[in-house]
Amino acid sequence: MFNAFLQVVSKELKGAFRRRSDILNPIWFFVIVVMLFPLAIGTEPALLKRIAPGIIWVAALLAALLSFERLFKDDFIDGSLEQLMISPYPLAWIVSAKVFAHWLLTGLPILLVSPLLGIFLSLNMDTYYALLLTLLIGTPILSLLGAIGVALTVGLRKGGILLSLIMLPLSIPILIFSTMAIEAAAYGQSYLGLLALLGAMLVASVTFAPFAIAASLRVSVS
Amino acid sequence: MLHCKKLTCVREGRILFKDLSFTVNSGEIVHFEGANGVGKTSLLRLLTGLSTAYAGNVFWQGKDISIDRESFYQQLLYLGHKTGIKAELTALENLQFFQAMQSSRLDLNLWDILAKVGLAGYEDILTSQLSAGQQRRVALARLWLNDSSLWVLDEPFAALDKLGITVLEALFIEHVKNGGIVLLTTHQDLSIDASLLSKIRLIAAVDDLYV
Repeated sequence: MFNAFLQVVSKELKGAFRRRSDILNPIWFFVIVVMLFPLAIGTEPALLKRIAPGIIWVAALLAALLSFERLFKDDFIDGSLEQLMISPYPLAWIVSAKVFAHWLLTGLPILLVSPLLGIFLSLNMDTYYALLLTLLIGTPILSLLGAIGVALTVGLRKGGILLSLIMLPLSIPILIFSTMAIEAAAYGQSYLGLLALLGAMLVASVTFAPFAIAASLRVSVS
Repeated sequence: MLHCKKLTCVREGRILFKDLSFTVNSGEIVHFEGANGVGKTSLLRLLTGLSTAYAGNVFWQGKDISIDRESFYQQLLYLGHKTGIKAELTALENLQFFQAMQSSRLDLNLWDILAKVGLAGYEDILTSQLSAGQQRRVALARLWLNDSSLWVLDEPFAALDKLGITVLEALFIEHVKNGGIVLLTTHQDLSIDASLLSKIRLIAAVDDLYV
């Protein structure tokens, strides 16, 4: 069963590395959106410090939205989604593997470019650590929530807008707690409580989201 | 043994078929016939559990397939119109994935199987660069690999050449002689011995069209 998980992940990674633009485009988008803000509103450090958490998280959310299309859509079109749905393993387990692969391809690169953004927005070290931690906990939740939305809309021809209407309201709690944690760090306060709340959300979504994704897929694909 | 009890299928408010019941025993090939749009693909998808019936149930070895999906899917191989072959992977990589994911014979060499379906020399080429018929052959190669007993094949002969069809028919006969079941739709005439083959003809309903 664990082998099946690894097989799905490695197939996803192999496919993605053959089409690199799919991985790179959301990351470019993320970096450029964050870069535009200092250019547009000025580089005054106090101002940037005030708005940096919000900018980074909104950009991360939009970049995630861009990347969701390919989570199930291609598989739906070429029929491999059907084949996954009739594999002898629980569908919730298989979709967990797909979401994990999606996070490796979109969430992880965002973490990797985040030091660059720390410099753009002149974050100090404590704030940057807080940013990194919230991204580390928050981006997997985004992948899981987004996957529910994609699973619900995969059978529709123009599901993109609907996906953002489903997904963005669901991600508001993550946005609020992450930006609060980064802000607290910027003012030298403790943010462990907020991180713990984010962690609780992560645990809850890892536990329940795969079942919701599997059930949504069964409805969409029929 | 596959048993359907009073299946009713409704698409877009139209009844495609109603109260359809039949039983398929091991060692049988069943050919579903009927005009376009009469519900052959819908019926096959109901039998695989990919879609749910408006009314009625499907039983595999006496158990409702929607209750114990995993053990049913260990015995099922389904090939639809969409082949499930990933364009950005090579023929070999696609087969490796299916060999690992589905109940397969691990002792077989994938290179031999690709040679059997006429793809020798194409193992390392991305499937997006193969022709429609060759892509179909990659998907059909799974039949040699698989040890499931129930094969559900929607238009397996589409885009295949004559030789390919003959080879495939021989494989079906071998499969049912080993106690398997083959359910298929096709518009081709099958040259399979009548003792192995049964036909189910779907006819468009004229009255009683709307729910």
